Amino acid sequence: MAVTHLECKECKAQYPLEALYVCEHCFGPLEVAYDHSAWNGDVAEVRRKIQGGPQNIWRYADFLPLAGGPPGPSGRLASRVGLPAGCTPLIRADRLAERLGLREVWVKNDAANPTHSFKDRVVSVAVTRARELGFQTIACASTGNLANSVAAHGAALGMESYVFIPADLEEQKVLATGVYGTSLVGVEGSYDDVNRLCTELCADRDWAFVNINLRPYYAEGSKTLAFEIAEQLGWELPDRCVVPVASGSLFTKIARGFNEWRELGLLDGPLPRMNGAQADGCSPVASAFAAGHDVCRPVKPRTIAKSLAIGNPADGPYALDLARRTGGSVDSVSDEEIRAGIGLLAQTTGIFTETAGGVTTAVLAKLAERGDIDADERVVLVITGEGLKTLDAVRGTFETHTIEPTVEAFAAAVPGTVSV
Amino acid sequence: MAVVVKIPTQLRAAAQGEAETEVDGATVQEVLEGLFERFEELRTRISDDDGSLRRFVNVYVAGEDIRFLDGLATPVADGAEMTILPAVAGG
Repeated sequence: MAVTHLECKECKAQYPLEALYVCEHCFGPLEVAYDHSAWNGDVAEVRRKIQGGPQNIWRYADFLPLAGGPPGPSGRLASRVGLPAGCTPLIRADRLAERLGLREVWVKNDAANPTHSFKDRVVSVAVTRARELGFQTIACASTGNLANSVAAHGAALGMESYVFIPADLEEQKVLATGVYGTSLVGVEGSYDDVNRLCTELCADRDWAFVNINLRPYYAEGSKTLAFEIAEQLGWELPDRCVVPVASGSLFTKIARGFNEWRELGLLDGPLPRMNGAQADGCSPVASAFAAGHDVCRPVKPRTIAKSLAIGNPADGPYALDLARRTGGSVDSVSDEEIRAGIGLLAQTTGIFTETAGGVTTAVLAKLAERGDIDADERVVLVITGEGLKTLDAVRGTFETHTIEPTVEAFAAAVPGTVSV
Repeated sequence: MAVVVKIPTQLRAAAQGEAETEVDGATVQEVLEGLFERFEELRTRISDDDGSLRRFVNVYVAGEDIRFLDGLATPVADGAEMTILPAVAGG
């Protein structure tokens, strides 16, 4: 496989492909490094191999950090092992574009994953790597979607799992985690408290915390969103991507996915403008962007977008750099705009997203209104999660006509409908 | 004024394998200085040249991130727990 080693993003120190995530010298994050020279620039062959792969993220196995290749007895059978993620729809959203005065908007609907969020991509990769490394137990610190995915992957693969969440999480996300038979721990505190606790626990337990000691592998899974977008656009890059930002990992890894394929010659053209989306009630990255800072000052989250409620974003500095480098931005929106964003997406595309998707859609609307998006741009809106998981966000936003079962009652309650 | 300092796995090799140690000091800064006096190698791992914390190091006093308190000037009570952790986890 093309994967070679782990490398510190800051000081470039190299490490073996083990359960390591922090550079011992400078404390910088470790990232997976690859050597794709074996392709010899044969773009047609790379594309052929990808297109011959299974209808899930393992079609991109050559760009993922697995020593043994895709799981399962063969590449062909890979889609039948575990809980494969990916190959979610990319939908042309002409009605949304028209509403916003834009030419071309596509919606990448990652709610169409096994546990209804993009987290299945990262967890599939992390858990498969954890098994390669000999771990028996998986764990995570989660704002909700990751909890669902880790619990489900544990069940699918027969691994013990421990899932740590803030105790005040949405009920739907709690229920959709516990059902898989995981050890579910609600921590009285914010996600950042959960994360600190898990970082401490990680030190003396022989567990694969997917987003802590397995984080370099886990984060690579997000690249598959970029690969799919490019492949679904006919091996072309979009001009702009609007992506939700919590830790900043998804945001930066989508760009890394595009870049890896640009470097290989699979894609031509500049990196898309990258627009990050946060909620006003938890906007450390958007605030730093607006203030011109290189690092984020942590905040105490207070927003309905709980899946994005990370007040201390690990990849904040890299997200800021990426947004600036590509001519994008990181913007934030109010809880009211988030609800409106959920409604806008639902009513123009038929896609019901959770609060994080409301944030992303609302930021797209904000960019359009501000005139940031050129008339000829092709924009991709990355929708990461499912509306059924955050039902409270839409409660009370519409009217239901409750009537007696008679024609007269209907006509009285819903006037203006014409009988033929 | 003894404070219990918890040392992350990534730094234990530079701290003679200790997972935690007791250091005197009334502020985070003083406790860190005490820690560096004992384990000199930790200084460059945790601090920048100007004495501030490295970008990817988080310090907590009694579970609270010191950036929500007074940073390096945050007072540390006798018997309190101070935790040093990598910042790159989670998300």
